[in-house]
Amino acid sequence: MKSDQHVPQDGPAVAPPTAQDDEAALVAAARQGSLEAFEELVRRYEGRIFRLAYNITQNREEAEDVTQEAFLKAFEHLPEFHGDSRFYTWLVRIAVNEALMKLRRRRPNELPLDEMIETEDDLIPREIVDWGPTPDQRYEQAELQRILAEAIARLEPAYRVVFQLRDIEELPTEETARLLGLSVPAVKSRLLRARLKLRDLLDRHFRGSDRRELPGS
Amino acid sequence: MSCQGADCRKLLRELCDFLDGALDPATAQQIEAHLRQCDDCRALVDTTRKTIEFFCRTEPVPLPEDLRQRLHELLATRLGRKEPS
Repeated sequence: MKSDQHVPQDGPAVAPPTAQDDEAALVAAARQGSLEAFEELVRRYEGRIFRLAYNITQNREEAEDVTQEAFLKAFEHLPEFHGDSRFYTWLVRIAVNEALMKLRRRRPNELPLDEMIETEDDLIPREIVDWGPTPDQRYEQAELQRILAEAIARLEPAYRVVFQLRDIEELPTEETARLLGLSVPAVKSRLLRARLKLRDLLDRHFRGSDRRELPGS
Repeated sequence: MSCQGADCRKLLRELCDFLDGALDPATAQQIEAHLRQCDDCRALVDTTRKTIEFFCRTEPVPLPEDLRQRLHELLATRLGRKEPS
């Protein structure tokens, strides 16, 4: 819950710095040429940017290139960052553009991100089974990560990118649409397909997972 | 079993906005009323919500050490600084 107390900057009660204040200070120092400050930003976000790059490209080498280029471009273009959004959101935009360039270069004829005509007919799940309250507890963490990675790898790039931006990076629909050059309805349609497809892919692992399995059954 | 009725199809159309809390109150109430009656749609909403949560909880991937080192050197070079040995 946000505090409704107004604390004047020069008053006696000084609010503790938040992560965003800290980030703004680091960005300001990096803009002044502090490599240390920028490297702290890199350390903070490198894992998330690498995950984003890998989830979109599904290729380790390309994900490494994307991560490297994203941070280098961010550093070079830092004077153009005016703090209208969070630094991380700005960084995500750069990384997504780099990742999309890789995809387009690799799949020039597949047009993975253009508008497509889509119908609802094939969206209806064939069978729906409840997973119970804690289906993930059936698996060790590493096994769960492998299941999730396999599922996202099986998603078509056009859906994977939208899911990554909307659900993992939590970008708003409008921003996702702008970034991908899509209409808002197209983003919504792809997000629905991505979520349902992933649900379907996880279903085989999680359905009925809260039922106790008897040895030899 | 699978969802076939008109209300089920409406739920499917509105699923993302419902999960994101982006529906207008009247439509959200209609969906909630339908969910109280339809086991399949309730399971669909619940399993889709869990799907999103699982992916949101995935850990960031550690950067390969050689990539971290390369990035560090490139940044230092672009700043025109000599790297400490």
